[in-house]
Amino acid sequence: MATVTHFEPLPSYLADIQRQMEEYARGYGLDFYPTIFEVVDYDQLNEIASYGGFPTRYPHWRFGMEYEQLSKGYEYGLQKIYELVINNDPCYAYLMRSNHTTDQKLVMAHVYGHCDFFKNNNWFSQTNRKMMDKMANHGNRVRRYMDRFGVEDVENFIDACLSIEDLIDVHSPFIKRNADKPKYEFKRADEEEFSPVAGRFAAKHYLDPFVNPPEVLSAEAERLRKERELEEKRPTGPARDVMKFIIDHAPLKPWQMDVLSIIREEAYYFAPQGQTKIMNEGWASYWHSTIMTRQGLEPGDVINYADHHSGTMASSPTRLNPYKLGIELLRDIEDRWNKGRFGKEYEECDDMRQRRQWDTGAGLGRQKIFEVRHIYNDLMFIDEFLTLDFCRQYKLFSFSYHEDTDTYNIESREFPKIKERLLYSLTNRGQPIIQVREGNYKNRGELFLEHVHNGVDLQINYAHDTLANLHRLWARPVHIETQIEGKQTTFSFDGSEHKTETAK
Amino acid sequence: MVLNIDHDHRRFRHIVRGKIRENLRKYITHGEMIGRKGRDLVSIPLPQLDVPHFRYGRNGSGGTGQGEGEVGQPIAGGNGGNKGDGKGQAGSDPGQHILEVDVPLEELAAILGDELELPRIEPKGAATISQEKSKYDSIRRTGPESLRHRKRTYFQALRRQITTGTYDPQQPVILPIPDDKRYRSWSTIQQPQANAVILYMMDVSGSMTDDQKEIVRTEAFWIDTWLNSQYDGVEVRYIIHDAVARTVDEDTFYHTRESGGTRISSAYKVAVDLIRKEFDPAAWNIYGFQFSDGDNWGEDNDQSLRLLAEELLPTVNLFCYGQVESPYGSGEYIRALKGRFGDKHDKLVLSEIEDKEGIYKSIKAFLGKGK
Repeated sequence: MATVTHFEPLPSYLADIQRQMEEYARGYGLDFYPTIFEVVDYDQLNEIASYGGFPTRYPHWRFGMEYEQLSKGYEYGLQKIYELVINNDPCYAYLMRSNHTTDQKLVMAHVYGHCDFFKNNNWFSQTNRKMMDKMANHGNRVRRYMDRFGVEDVENFIDACLSIEDLIDVHSPFIKRNADKPKYEFKRADEEEFSPVAGRFAAKHYLDPFVNPPEVLSAEAERLRKERELEEKRPTGPARDVMKFIIDHAPLKPWQMDVLSIIREEAYYFAPQGQTKIMNEGWASYWHSTIMTRQGLEPGDVINYADHHSGTMASSPTRLNPYKLGIELLRDIEDRWNKGRFGKEYEECDDMRQRRQWDTGAGLGRQKIFEVRHIYNDLMFIDEFLTLDFCRQYKLFSFSYHEDTDTYNIESREFPKIKERLLYSLTNRGQPIIQVREGNYKNRGELFLEHVHNGVDLQINYAHDTLANLHRLWARPVHIETQIEGKQTTFSFDGSEHKTETAK
Repeated sequence: MVLNIDHDHRRFRHIVRGKIRENLRKYITHGEMIGRKGRDLVSIPLPQLDVPHFRYGRNGSGGTGQGEGEVGQPIAGGNGGNKGDGKGQAGSDPGQHILEVDVPLEELAAILGDELELPRIEPKGAATISQEKSKYDSIRRTGPESLRHRKRTYFQALRRQITTGTYDPQQPVILPIPDDKRYRSWSTIQQPQANAVILYMMDVSGSMTDDQKEIVRTEAFWIDTWLNSQYDGVEVRYIIHDAVARTVDEDTFYHTRESGGTRISSAYKVAVDLIRKEFDPAAWNIYGFQFSDGDNWGEDNDQSLRLLAEELLPTVNLFCYGQVESPYGSGEYIRALKGRFGDKHDKLVLSEIEDKEGIYKSIKAFLGKGK
């Protein structure tokens, strides 16, 4: 039974802080949906975080696994979730009860940054803003299926669906490449050629009944009609939205189709968060630090704030901290646009001294970063604003894996290489690009996927397991073509055994 | 407050249990699979419990980082031995994680017992002082008012009102009648108060290599786990020997290597002494586990076998001899044992452990007697 989690109202001292923070945030021109803060205990927060922010989400063991890991991390003191914001109208944000008041202030300031980003960043413009309700609705539907068809069966089916949850087309909400249902039925291009009298031979009219016997004609017309119907049932590719392709063409039962659609819908909802991690965290951090250091801090808060803020910004050699990278890049942009360090003249100036002193007093910084938060996603953001100067200042490097020593080594400190690695890791949210090539492979209804190989091989054992799950959905043999060590390779699974074919 | 996650968490634990069962043989034979061992929890690594996706392998992968360092300098290790497992994608965290789950030893023992079809041990006569313990685990229609189950009572009343048609949704008043009352009830569990002692004996002469000791250590882990689940308190003593024997602590037991010869009787003598002084066979369930590569000084065999037959076997519940195959040992001793006691003996179990794969069978042989 789904229980709606009820929270107590915000204690008055926190409500006061909220009013204050909201006022500061609006003062800077941040624009957000109404924001509701809830105070929760650590185990509730871990629960909510396990469900990706939605305590009413559909049941599945993997959320339990997530919870186990979060709780363990918390109990061992390895990690602690400070904030959790949900892109929804109204926005929901969670505060941990045990946090210090300074932290609560900081978190609220940070949250308003996120809420502004959710509302205004273009990549979120197609997300469902009533997702809280939607998720609860999804949860209920899945629970109902579990009651009817058994927990195990439904959960196993979800396992298979989750294997392909990242195989969506993140751009399709904008371009409607695969509109859910065509609004108007247009005639097929070859409709004209297809006439009910196909197969008719020319004949004099008195011979016509003999040359073209009516029953043969009508049988022929029937055969053609059937063929065309069959043709329509045989899906073709290519399709970027593999999930949609499977919903449309796999032999799924109605409840299965619904479950898969639910998972797809949620995947699309979460996709922009994967596309804007650096910007979103950078933007929120930029605003918490601006608000806190200019207005929010009381003298007693300073040490706590500094400790927490620096903790959030800590970076490690093996992982670029999105908070840190985001905030520094935004500050860099603000500084450049304030000083007029952009445009043809500045770019073409190769006098280092002159460059260093460049300041036209343009004062466009704030305006520019608001524009950036409106238009860009991480990939575009890095592509456009990561500069050589920035890489040097923040000591960025690229690293690569070395099989012989089983280590990751610093690969280069050269700007193009660093940028390339970074852009690469952001392409398609760091996941391989997979698309459907054909849904009727060998004319036998087999599913053929292709991996658009761009330098890094797939992990083979995972590919095998994913194919097996895919087969559970498609119910016919499935294949994927990729490259392994430079050789064109096709992995296949026919329901009982895996096959690998390598081109010579 | 009941959290929604509790249900999913239980499902997860259930799946974990299934996975452990599935892989138990692997865990048993590869002791190193069992991670950090706490007082009553063990960490078990569970690869691939995650949902598989198409994702990047490590070949050609890399990413961007920040900080000092020269080109070519390693910044992070891969995950030797676990190539290709765990999460991570090109350009993000290179650290690869394997899911580790904590499993209570008791649960592990239960799985082991089920899987190896181990009979429950029946502690021997005099020591079976069982203690009764109550556990509230059921519902009855009668009982003292202090144990009345409110929820069940009202539930029953509601049920009755609905079936008799006296329930009015407009005025949802539920009035229990005496017949509706439900009470918590308990069942009595017999908890054996028996105590047990495990005496581990191992040959540490030169012919026993680290590989053999690893096998012994792995077997001992499972033996401990199982016996601990069967008894309230289990004492463990370690005896090492070459030509002479002494009792040592656990660490020394696994890490000592002597160069002397081998005299098994010396270990038996120490064991007999221990039993006499500390573990009265009338009060203790005694388990002897001896591991050796089967080398013994020939003239010692007589004395060893005599000690075993006259002093040890009459006092113990079970005596297990595990002969670990070694490149240096002659493997002679097990033949001597067989010659003296035959293949079947009520209290003596012999097992030859060729390699790690043999551990599974050996444990089953040792513990399968239910003694």
